[in-house]
Amino acid sequence: MRGFLLNRLSQSLILLLIVSLIGFLVLNLLPGGPLAQFGLDPSMTQDDLDRLKEQLGLNRPLWMQYLDWAWRLLQGDWGHSFRDGAPVLAVIGRHVFATLLLMGTSTAIAIAIGTWIGIRGATHRYSLFDHLATIGAMVALSIPTFWFGLVGIYIFSLRLGWVPAGNMYTIGDGSVLNYLHHLILPSIVLSLVHVAIWSRYMRTATLDAISQDFVKTARAKGLSERRVIMKHVVGNALLPMITLAGVQLPSILTGALVTETVFTWPGMGRLFLDSLGYSDYPVVMGLLMFSAILVILGNLIADIVVAIVDPRIRLG
Amino acid sequence: MIASIQAVAPHDVALSIRDLTVNLPQGMERTYAVENISFDLKRGQILCIIGESGSGKSVTANAIMGLLPKVIRVSSGAIQLDGMNIIGLSPDKLRSLRGRVVSMIFQDPLSALNPLMTVGAQIDEVMAAHGVGTPKSRRGRAVELLTEVGLPDPELMYHQYPFRLSGGQRQRVMIAMALALEPTILIADEPTTALDVTTQAQILELIRDIQRRKGMSVMFITHDFGVVAEIADSVVVMEKGHIVEQGSAQQVLKSPGHPYTRRLIAAVPRLTGEDRVPLETANKAPILKVEGLVKTYRSGSSLFGSQRVVPAVNEVSFDLAPGRTLGVVGESGSGKSSLGRLLIKLLDSDGGGILFEGRDIAKLSEAEFRPLRPRVQMIFQDPFASLNPRSTIGHILTVGPVAHGMPYAQARDEAKALLAHVGLDAGAFGRFPHEFSGGQRQRIGIARALMFKPKLLIADEAVSALDVSIQAQILQLLDQIQGETGVSMIFITHDLRVASQICDEIAVMQKGRIVERGPPSQIFLDPQSAYTRELVAAIPGEQPGSTRPVAANG
Repeated sequence: MRGFLLNRLSQSLILLLIVSLIGFLVLNLLPGGPLAQFGLDPSMTQDDLDRLKEQLGLNRPLWMQYLDWAWRLLQGDWGHSFRDGAPVLAVIGRHVFATLLLMGTSTAIAIAIGTWIGIRGATHRYSLFDHLATIGAMVALSIPTFWFGLVGIYIFSLRLGWVPAGNMYTIGDGSVLNYLHHLILPSIVLSLVHVAIWSRYMRTATLDAISQDFVKTARAKGLSERRVIMKHVVGNALLPMITLAGVQLPSILTGALVTETVFTWPGMGRLFLDSLGYSDYPVVMGLLMFSAILVILGNLIADIVVAIVDPRIRLG
Repeated sequence: MIASIQAVAPHDVALSIRDLTVNLPQGMERTYAVENISFDLKRGQILCIIGESGSGKSVTANAIMGLLPKVIRVSSGAIQLDGMNIIGLSPDKLRSLRGRVVSMIFQDPLSALNPLMTVGAQIDEVMAAHGVGTPKSRRGRAVELLTEVGLPDPELMYHQYPFRLSGGQRQRVMIAMALALEPTILIADEPTTALDVTTQAQILELIRDIQRRKGMSVMFITHDFGVVAEIADSVVVMEKGHIVEQGSAQQVLKSPGHPYTRRLIAAVPRLTGEDRVPLETANKAPILKVEGLVKTYRSGSSLFGSQRVVPAVNEVSFDLAPGRTLGVVGESGSGKSSLGRLLIKLLDSDGGGILFEGRDIAKLSEAEFRPLRPRVQMIFQDPFASLNPRSTIGHILTVGPVAHGMPYAQARDEAKALLAHVGLDAGAFGRFPHEFSGGQRQRIGIARALMFKPKLLIADEAVSALDVSIQAQILQLLDQIQGETGVSMIFITHDLRVASQICDEIAVMQKGRIVERGPPSQIFLDPQSAYTRELVAAIPGEQPGSTRPVAANG
């Protein structure tokens, strides 16, 4: 187990290094750059631009900029925003809660509903329910999240007026209920595609488990069908799903970024778009590294959970 | 047998089947799984149901357990369990009988236990499901059961996960589980088929012992007449969903009445203890000479310690004359399959030499060995998995020779001739593997290997997946081919009876080493090593010395 952890951790570090290199390069290959927005401003002289360049360290060669940035990152200094000079970590920190709240809620919804649909589809294979679930999953997978968001806002906010159309809370009302009210629509919209994915995988995993010999043993013991399914089938079917949860994390994260834009949700997605618009490189790079760490950490946790749950890996 | 009387089972009958017909869904090979079968399992007896694949023996067992899949229905007849007809009982009633009145153990102990639950929890579960005992009393009972089935250190075993146990130990756990509520009837569906021969002997012993001690009635499903001879009181012989013969074990084994039974018994490979008459060959120099061959498996990472080193093949040496067959026998994990893969260079050896026609091929690189590949060919165990389902037989047969430079037209003609030679019609050329039975596919596998006109054939458990009657045909085919082509063979098998049929010489492997090598007469009648003696003694059914006392001198 210790060897396994060390191994995975060293892999993760190498991965982060590659992500940062590629991110840094791609960002700097883009035309324009952080000072392009001043190019049309008549009050800025060339001297002013040069001075700004010098101040921000943009006049140095690219590899030096990268090394400087990476070295500071290792020491915990993620740099300062070009826009207002605030530390990058603090900027991200202001937005991370909103994103994690949205991601967490919709992941929970996706896992709960997806698992249930998957199990029911497998135990009632080729039933009306199974066929409807299959069609539903195909529809949810084929239509982009932002479309569901817009349609959701039109129907449930504009027409029916059940939920607010955007934002995380009403200004001046910070109650939990108010947060929840705002959370319902975006989290459901974001979870739709994941319910679809999750239910399909769960259906396959359940069918796999159901055909195993030990399920026959469980039935031969005289266990109730309910216990056979819940204990023997689902227990074994969930094992591969833990890994899937880790693998799905990036997709939930990107989904969250889109959903946040549609619902004016004050999370990392909005921050990312805004920062890109201003060519605020330190914040963009910070967000990139932060998401990479989040995803790698999620996969690491999934692997550890599998190792804990599965005795064959735990002790083997 | 066509008993039309709906008799109430007499008291000495634990299980009575009357005119049972189980229908198959439409589109299957036949409309019923079993038709009009009737038999009785007497109290305190072991009844063996024997038949080849597709005979309906497992469907019968599942019907008794009330565990038939939804699409397979009992259409008529009665199953009297302890005097109660269970046909038409509600699912709940059936469930309460399972595990309490009738329990079942299965073929493959490796997959029959839930990998995520401890052994103890799985035994406990049977009792809990039927509302028996308190958690504490159930725990005590589970440990008692583990002791009863002869597992070492039952207290520790209670907390073990299945993957830690060997196949034999897991089958013991299955038996403990089945015995938990002291059922009247135990159904054993091929419980020893997946086990090594020595383990099989122990499990058979255990089942017989427990059956006697508890006076239990056992319905034992098998395809092996050797097993029948070991434990059966009475026998039911099934063929294609019908009972063709039933009676006491003595009667069915000694004077079988039905031609099918006779065929089945005749097809069982016998320990001949006789040596083959070797082929006359011009060249006496060995075609293959193996010297101190070594293969070691390493697992785990060496970087962070905890490396496991398993010597799979350890200093193995032998030689093989042209036109002769060497049998390599051993139990699982003995290294016999690794040896086969080393010889054909599917695995790289860690030491020693393989001299093929005087040239050491052990150290050749893949590119250097490629021109030699056609001369060493392999026949695989699983005729279902070893043929690409998307290729026609013609493609499977010709792709190799064409890759080695044979013109397609010639390859096609040779393939068609070979198909006829191995007993298939030439029309097989354009068909796909799924259109053939297991035995036919193994013939295709043999034809594929022969396409290269090899000097050496390595057959890895080539008949293990086949029914006995098919097995006999394939062995005969191999024998015939050797007679015609003078090919040398290495025949890897776990079944000593099969090895005794086809081999000039047998090498017994244990833990990566050859512990004994000699002609069949020596191995079976006068084994020199203790391990060989143990293996031979564990063969179910007849013993060579007892059935053929004069066999020693041929």
